[in-house]
Amino acid sequence: MQKSTFSRLVGAIGGSWIGLTLSCGAALAQVEGRPTPGGIGLPAMVTPVGLETQQFYNNILLPMITLIPIFVLGLLVYVMWRFNEKRNPVASKNHHNVPLEIVWTSIPCLILAGLAFPSLALLTHQVIVPEASVTIKVTGNQWYWKYEYPQDQGGGFAFEQRVKPDSELQAGDLRMLSVDNEAVVPVGEVVKVQVTSSDVIHAFGIPSFAVRMDAIPGRLNETWFKVEKAGIYYGECFFICGKDHAFMPIAIRAVSRPEYEKWLAEAKEKFASNGPARQVAAANQ
Amino acid sequence: MASLTAVDSHDHHAAPSGITRFLFSTNHKDIGTLYIILGSIGGVIGFLLSLGMRLELAQPGIQIFPALAQIMHGADADSALDAGKNLYNMFITVHGVLMIFFMAMPILIGGFGNWFVPILIGAPDMAFPRLNNISFWLLVASLLLAVCSMFVGGAPGLKGFAGGWTFYPPLSSNVGTPGPAMDFVILALHLAGASSILGAINFITTMFNMRTPGMGLMKMPLFCWSMLVTAFLLVLVLPVLAGCVTMLLTDRNFGTSFYDPAGGGDLLLFQHLLWFFGHPEVYIIILPAFGIISQVISTFSRKPVFGYHGMVYAMIAIAVIGSVVWAHHMYTVNLSLNAQRYFVLATMVVGVPTGIKIFSWIATMWGGSISFRAPMIWAIGFIFVFTMGGVTGIVLSNAGADKQFHEGYYVVAHFHYTLSLGAVFGIFAGFYYWFPKMTGYMYSERLADITFWLLFVGVNVVFFPQHFLGLAGQPRRYIDYPDAYALWNAVSSFGMIFVTAAMAAWIYSIVEAVRAKRPAGDNPWGEGANTLEWTLTSPPPFHQFLTPPAVPAE
Repeated sequence: MQKSTFSRLVGAIGGSWIGLTLSCGAALAQVEGRPTPGGIGLPAMVTPVGLETQQFYNNILLPMITLIPIFVLGLLVYVMWRFNEKRNPVASKNHHNVPLEIVWTSIPCLILAGLAFPSLALLTHQVIVPEASVTIKVTGNQWYWKYEYPQDQGGGFAFEQRVKPDSELQAGDLRMLSVDNEAVVPVGEVVKVQVTSSDVIHAFGIPSFAVRMDAIPGRLNETWFKVEKAGIYYGECFFICGKDHAFMPIAIRAVSRPEYEKWLAEAKEKFASNGPARQVAAANQ
Repeated sequence: MASLTAVDSHDHHAAPSGITRFLFSTNHKDIGTLYIILGSIGGVIGFLLSLGMRLELAQPGIQIFPALAQIMHGADADSALDAGKNLYNMFITVHGVLMIFFMAMPILIGGFGNWFVPILIGAPDMAFPRLNNISFWLLVASLLLAVCSMFVGGAPGLKGFAGGWTFYPPLSSNVGTPGPAMDFVILALHLAGASSILGAINFITTMFNMRTPGMGLMKMPLFCWSMLVTAFLLVLVLPVLAGCVTMLLTDRNFGTSFYDPAGGGDLLLFQHLLWFFGHPEVYIIILPAFGIISQVISTFSRKPVFGYHGMVYAMIAIAVIGSVVWAHHMYTVNLSLNAQRYFVLATMVVGVPTGIKIFSWIATMWGGSISFRAPMIWAIGFIFVFTMGGVTGIVLSNAGADKQFHEGYYVVAHFHYTLSLGAVFGIFAGFYYWFPKMTGYMYSERLADITFWLLFVGVNVVFFPQHFLGLAGQPRRYIDYPDAYALWNAVSSFGMIFVTAAMAAWIYSIVEAVRAKRPAGDNPWGEGANTLEWTLTSPPPFHQFLTPPAVPAE
């Protein structure tokens, strides 16, 4: 392999790949709550944690993980060109350089230390559940989600959320995402979600919220979100749970507080036959 | 250390042949060859499984798996859809198990390790040659059990175990998989684990006790160091897997409830135990590849590896740190905030010794006189693609960001970059580097180049778009996906054309080399090849170094 052809080829492949992906990204408009067709980046986020995740990834992580491989590739290309056997027939004997080793140990340490601060800040915001005005209990089952809205928050009902079969899809519905019963939450309020499972491990994940929490039988996990914009937001099951793992989506509709209360009243009637939901002892514990 | 004397002089009778030679082998080279053959078979089957999956995923909707289930399991038309969905999940599971336990580990550790660790330290064989034999045959039995699992009952009405190679209960306990398929998998893991533990004991004892006089530990070739560190990891973590998996067996069959909350057990116990093994396992796979890369880069730059001591300490650091970061696989189970914080920081730290290695390899090439034979192309390719896999690992180490990526395609892209691109490139580098030595035949440089470029393009086209899918929110282990993910799934599947062509080219290059019989000679690589295998004939004699050789000059 000629050195110049090789390095030119690498440059061409790398350059065209980057160009292709960047141009694809620029051309796409995002709709919150659903995956962007052909999307190459994070979905549009509608929660504070989601926005913080997006900023952390797009502004800090992505530049770092783009520059480092380019830097390494650049070094490799240079070395292959400058020190191939034709240009450099006699190899040097030098195989030590302590100052260099110190530099390439400490610079990565500093980079990682710098990463740690925004990283742990984001984590803390996710894990510490703020005071919530709405608590919902979500139970994963093979292969659907069950939602319980507590009585002392205007609920007192439970319902199941199943994927709409392909044959029942209507205009505007999304295959594999649209469901029969949407779960409704109020916009702009902290919603605490308690997640568990009745059979095997599932996971409750909504990309536009940056929410993902495992549903584990015998364990009650807690997470939260605050939807800043009204709309319908889809999620999926994010832990392999059997044959229909791909077919138990999540749909959350965020509406204004008055509309939410209206829906609560309607749902209480509609789902009365499902049996009562458990009470939440102290919703803001 | 006491001076070595030649143990016995039975080298004057002919090597055994036929069944005796291979069934009852106590020769590290023959056993190494057996492992490489087993690993190649495992790899080809694993590749075919992935081809099936990518064919299914090429378009939205379910196209081929129901029909496949009818053929494989005789499902009738009514149950074909369900059987197809289960079969897809089983394909994922078996793909993971095969590639890890029956491709990467056998080729790198059982194959190249057995072949070259004794030679590189100037020893006539491993410390326990007969133990070496049982290690291999245990793995064959393990593979048979794993294959059997695919054809017996699993989930109700379905066949095989279909819960991913990480087999979390309750999906892997009687709740999710009441049929015997999971028990077959557990027993297969017992045997594979035993095989590796015994092998690791063999490697450690060999390297501590049988180095040629004058070869201190800090003069051992880096491939040997990588094997030594790997062996320690195996001995440390495989017993934990054994315990983990045995408790699942007793839960399933003897009424215990280690992992059953209703009986006072805890599902997180399983995850902690599994990942205490599982994370070091990925270092077990990659460290031997690191060792091969060091040998290859040094040989073809005609320079000793830059910063030998740093490289040794970096490997030890990777192993030690890699043993205390396991819960970064568990960021979404709702561990305490402080636990998550610890695992974020510890996991990020692994990037430092890894970076030291990457920079040291580049510094080895710097000032060298580089020849671009096939092994070197694979090694240079490795450095680039492993760096890409490594940086997405840094992304995933951040628990906050990982909430967005966990169990999605970003993770799939990350570990395939480090494995399908990293470890596999390391395997190919070792293959082309040592194929002339093992067989005595020189491969065709042109065919090797073609294989490289086909695979390089192929795996990048398959796995780079999967970063996009993960960012956009596609979950992993899904037989089908919402239509918005169609574009990059199609591109990813398209890449399999190149990967398939690469596999064909590779197989053809072996056939061609064996037919053409170009003699490789003792040392086809020239002055840069200064480790002990290049002082032997190609292939080496049945027993070598019955008199300990001199330590090679730097």
